[in-house]
Amino acid sequence: MLEVSNLACSRGDHRLFSGLSFALHPGQIMQVQGANGSGKTSLLRTLCGFLMPDEGTINWRGKDTRELDEDYYAEVLYLGHLNAIKDELSALENLRISAGLSGIELDEKEALSALRRMGLRGRERLPTKVLSQGQRRRVALARLLVSDARLWILDEPLTALDVGAVALIQELVAEHLARQGMVIFTTHQPLEVAGVEMRGLSLS
Amino acid sequence: MKKSSLFGLLALVIRRDLVLAMRRRADVLTTLIFFVMVVSLFPLGVGPEMDMLRKMAAGVLWVAALLSSMLSLGRLFSADYLDGTLEQMMLAPQSLSVLVLGKMAAHWMVSGLPLVLMAPVLGLQFDMPAEALGVLIISLLFGTPVLSMIGAIGAALTLGLRGGGVLLSLLVLPLCIPVLIFGTGAVEAVSTGLSATSHLSLLGALLVFALVFTPWVTAQALRISME
Repeated sequence: MLEVSNLACSRGDHRLFSGLSFALHPGQIMQVQGANGSGKTSLLRTLCGFLMPDEGTINWRGKDTRELDEDYYAEVLYLGHLNAIKDELSALENLRISAGLSGIELDEKEALSALRRMGLRGRERLPTKVLSQGQRRRVALARLLVSDARLWILDEPLTALDVGAVALIQELVAEHLARQGMVIFTTHQPLEVAGVEMRGLSLS
Repeated sequence: MKKSSLFGLLALVIRRDLVLAMRRRADVLTTLIFFVMVVSLFPLGVGPEMDMLRKMAAGVLWVAALLSSMLSLGRLFSADYLDGTLEQMMLAPQSLSVLVLGKMAAHWMVSGLPLVLMAPVLGLQFDMPAEALGVLIISLLFGTPVLSMIGAIGAALTLGLRGGGVLLSLLVLPLCIPVLIFGTGAVEAVSTGLSATSHLSLLGALLVFALVFTPWVTAQALRISME
């Protein structure tokens, strides 16, 4: 469904990768591997359309993503290094707004139950500036629970998370794959999903 | 869970930005207080000669509105850029232009509308006649949204740059000159006994023109700044 062919990307004068081709089909998960600075984040940002590739095409359901534009973005969930969380808003408000931006209107009950499953019971209405780094990451990750996006693009989803939260993310990824979703992610920590073959993509 | 429509998304962005502005009230007040102070300083500086004050009232108010709208422009996209919300906005299922329009609207409500509401009080300081005051308010009502919209283009282009604030003013102020000319021209016309319709129509035309083109241009500028 996601087909990348002959992709090349550079930052400044430095060529990060070129001639990169792969395809991702429903129910598949792929880990992008490589040393720091090898272009993992750049690849994920290129897939999201934030960066223009130097060469190559990214096709979604057989069509160029640049032509699909919003139709493609509606099916993508991107979670980057930045949490996209406002300090002034509560966890509840943050989740409802970020879900709203991705086109899903959540009522309060749905948002609360998502936050509670992320282990934020009792902290739903606190301003996020009083939460710890890991808790703020959990607020951002709660989007995974309410999203209906087909393709998840996760950039280091496990940073600042404790063991319990990592297990929860593995569970969510497994559920998403079982729904015929697709995941492409980077991580430096082990992420195991039971019963699914983990594909690897090495950038060097 | 419901799917949100185009207007749902537009309303969400406006509501979000208004809530955020209310939680950071100091930012909103800075713009308004700057406007009031600049306008109030003129009578003190130039002296209490009524004729002169009446003549310069429209110009002073308009220039002060222009400068104070510059103050808040830097913050229009920078917070969303720094915390990653802008990335999420680009992945929204509607065109980025729609979200940008929402942000422009919220920005005007927070930084432009208070100026329009404050203007009649300040106009009285300059002994403006009622008729001229009325036209001044209408011209500000048409003009300040254009300032927000043109300013948004500059804010998007200078996003993430060091010293972006100065560059932003250099980029945006020249583009705002037509708004200033027609805005003050309308008040001038009424004070000299002519009709203000032509000036106001031109301002209206500028407003419509800006509404149609600036969201798209700003969205493109944001995409460039994100690279």
